[in-house]
Amino acid sequence: MKCRKCGQKASVNMRQHKLALCKEHYLEWVPEQTERFIKKYEMFRRDEKILVAVSGGKDSLALWDILNHLGYQVDGLYLGLGIDGGINYSHESQRLTEKFANERDLRLHIVDIEKEYGEPIPVLSEISHRGHGKPCAVCGLAKRHEMNRIARDLGYDVLATGHNLDDEAAVLFGNTLSWSSEYLLRQGPVLPASDGLARKVKPLCRFYEREMTAYSLARGIEYIYEECPFAEGSQSIYYKELLNQLETTRPGAKLTFYLRFLEARNRGDLFIENNLERAHLHSCPRCGQPTSTDDLCSFCRMIEKVNSMPAS
Amino acid sequence: MVKLVLRNKEYEVKPGMTLLSALQKISIVPESVIATRDGEMILDDEILKDGDVIKLIAVISGG
Repeated sequence: MKCRKCGQKASVNMRQHKLALCKEHYLEWVPEQTERFIKKYEMFRRDEKILVAVSGGKDSLALWDILNHLGYQVDGLYLGLGIDGGINYSHESQRLTEKFANERDLRLHIVDIEKEYGEPIPVLSEISHRGHGKPCAVCGLAKRHEMNRIARDLGYDVLATGHNLDDEAAVLFGNTLSWSSEYLLRQGPVLPASDGLARKVKPLCRFYEREMTAYSLARGIEYIYEECPFAEGSQSIYYKELLNQLETTRPGAKLTFYLRFLEARNRGDLFIENNLERAHLHSCPRCGQPTSTDDLCSFCRMIEKVNSMPAS
Repeated sequence: MVKLVLRNKEYEVKPGMTLLSALQKISIVPESVIATRDGEMILDDEILKDGDVIKLIAVISGG
């Protein structure tokens, strides 16, 4: 497979775009597309201060790298969750985040949950009895709280997270399975600021997770490869695997699922049953059953068509 | 033989097939991994040669 731009051997193939690029042109393409999405969804301006929530994972570090490369004023925020899991998880993810920031001379704020609130996330989860034995609910709650607190207290205009298309599609899938209308109506690339809540944006929301992995590899970004030890068996990972199976046979399915949802949501097409005009029904002149057509019902129309065909 | 490595699991396939065929043979969803050979990313149509060691990088994260 050849690079669409230069004809050299391609390193990344994006079937959903029918586009293959070599490493060099891929590393140009990703920031160009990110800038395009920032403008399209009016995420932030050049004069605004951006805080990127970084975990040490490939997406958040890639996002920070891209925004810095594009010339935005962007600092990082790392939350030390105190998760060990036998692999020194939090310690290693912090080390990689600090290394990333130091190598690029970027400002990194670090909040250690245990230092700040007395206990690490797993212990807070146990004490509070939230989350059915896993600290994920408490972790999410703490992250959202602290990200907003730091963004607000330090005067950042916008908080950016590294959520990618697979993240968004998995959440959308889960919320659709349960028809969680409140969550569905809130999901999108931008959550506007309101009443003490900072504006939140997802500049990578249209990139596949695979594309962000490729970007991080191509850029030589060292990220934490191991998953959070509590992630095993998680619903979101299961949904991602299901959607990837779909994508394998239907390239572009994930992207279409997400983009069409955004379009329908913005048109106001979701959950409008109350506003639908009921179809006007009348009796079929032949059989008397209700039909929405002006004349014969569909069944009678079919029978009439069969009866009118020459005998074989 | 060709060796494919995903996290700490190793798989072997015969040389001469494409990466895509190899992934299908070992039941790995192509969308869920990026394949590298000698540190360089390779695509589904790459023919795997005898002695190749292909590192598969899992792309799914989160929880």
